[in-house]
Amino acid sequence: MLELSNINAGYGNVQVLRGLSLTAGPGQVTCVMGRNGAGKTTMLRAIMGQISTTAGSITLSGTPLQTLPAHEVPRAGIGYVPQGRRLFGELTVAQNIEIGLMTRGKGRATRDYVLSLFPRLRERLSQRSSTLSGGEQQMLAIARALCLEPSVLLLDEPTEGLQPSMITLIRDTLLTLKSTGVAIVLVEQRVDAVLAMADHIAFVTAGSVAETVPNTGLSTDSAQFKTYVGV
Amino acid sequence: MTRALALHLAVLAALFAAQFLLPSYHHTNIARIMVLAVFAMGYNIAFGYTGLLSLGHALFFAAGMYATGLGIELWGLSAAPALVLGLLAGAAIAAATGVLALRTGGVSFMIVTLMFAQAGYLTILYFGAYTRGDEGIVITRAARSIGSLDLSSDTPRYFAALALFSVGLLLNLALTRSNLGRAMIAMRENEERSRMLGYNPFKIKLTALLISGLYAGAAGAAYAVLFGYVGASFATIQYSILPLLYVLLGGAGTTLGPFLGALLMFYLIDISSGYTTAHLFVVGAALLILVLFAPKGILGWVRDRGAKWLP
Repeated sequence: MLELSNINAGYGNVQVLRGLSLTAGPGQVTCVMGRNGAGKTTMLRAIMGQISTTAGSITLSGTPLQTLPAHEVPRAGIGYVPQGRRLFGELTVAQNIEIGLMTRGKGRATRDYVLSLFPRLRERLSQRSSTLSGGEQQMLAIARALCLEPSVLLLDEPTEGLQPSMITLIRDTLLTLKSTGVAIVLVEQRVDAVLAMADHIAFVTAGSVAETVPNTGLSTDSAQFKTYVGV
Repeated sequence: MTRALALHLAVLAALFAAQFLLPSYHHTNIARIMVLAVFAMGYNIAFGYTGLLSLGHALFFAAGMYATGLGIELWGLSAAPALVLGLLAGAAIAAATGVLALRTGGVSFMIVTLMFAQAGYLTILYFGAYTRGDEGIVITRAARSIGSLDLSSDTPRYFAALALFSVGLLLNLALTRSNLGRAMIAMRENEERSRMLGYNPFKIKLTALLISGLYAGAAGAAYAVLFGYVGASFATIQYSILPLLYVLLGGAGTTLGPFLGALLMFYLIDISSGYTTAHLFVVGAALLILVLFAPKGILGWVRDRGAKWLP
């Protein structure tokens, strides 16, 4: 269970997160929505220790994460798929996966499991990752994060710029992961994708969660989407 | 046996055969090239694999060289323990430099390492009573033997340099295939992304620099014993830039690139200086052509054009 409680964070003198609280439970997809600049990516970066928090607490199953150096956060069991994929472009698909596996000393079984989720990557193991299509790069970014066997997976707009078939594939994969007990925090702008995956939806505005609702009875016309996302 | 290992063994076999096939003029040259290639391999571990652009490697080379030279001259060590002392000195100085310099990055790292190297050079001159300053130390022929092996003679010197080079090359190949080697490459590609996957950048870069210093120290120590001279000129910035040029020419991030670069650069200078006193102009032109047409170096160019298996 990942719990954020009243966290403040920002960049230099600019405060972005203002008392943000969020909970992500195992086997659940928590979607985070909000307008540009609301603080969604900053929240993910704060969880990963890439920026410091000035108040509040972030815990993973009761263990505080803020005291850990940034490189220890993934080792604690949090996988992160950042916006824009951020692969090692010069390295092959296989090498990207190897680098993901090494951190927590995971071996062949993890590699096989990850590749079973994305069979297309298996066909492209020796291909340089920068030459993959956008969808394949996203698969690789998720696969690399899963090499850590995380208990929590953070994804920042994974469907951005992808064709519908790829979006479906990634959605199905995330639902498979959810069924294995992984807690998923998904920052997403696409309402249809959110409605297809979310257990809960947290609407972020001005650096804090304004409202958290269960994904029951919501539709693309629901008022929350108009109010907090502007669609 | 993989293609990569077969290629490396073939290069070592060719160097073994060269001693019997080439005229004696080349024996000393190639021995010197192999020692300098070990230095460049060390540089490549820091720069080519980990992305640390250092201008301080002359310090690590000189540390190995002076620890060996002073060990023999001042403390009366025999060649074998003096060589080990040199190797360890290179690693220790590199680690100490790294602990401080790695708090910076990019251009700042380059400048800080350059300052350390300059400080090392001035220290050598300052303690001229022991180091004999600019004049340097000539190691006597008698002190350059290991057991009955006289390393000042052409053939034993050649094979000693080949042994050092072989160990360095095969360890380098093993390193590139190890978890540490992959982590170093990840660091070179993108430090922030590596941190996001759970790697500790400082620890990995410090380890890479320590190994790099170990290679540089070993090369400096071997140079002192095999060629019998220890001098302050080896601590100047020129000896920080030379391995960089070897690596750029041969191919950064390739195991055989440093040797190829050292070989080509050495003979480019050797041959062109026979025709003109402006031989550095020839070297400069060659480097310009390289940067324009093969910015990843010769083996980087080969790797991009199909030989993806090249480590």
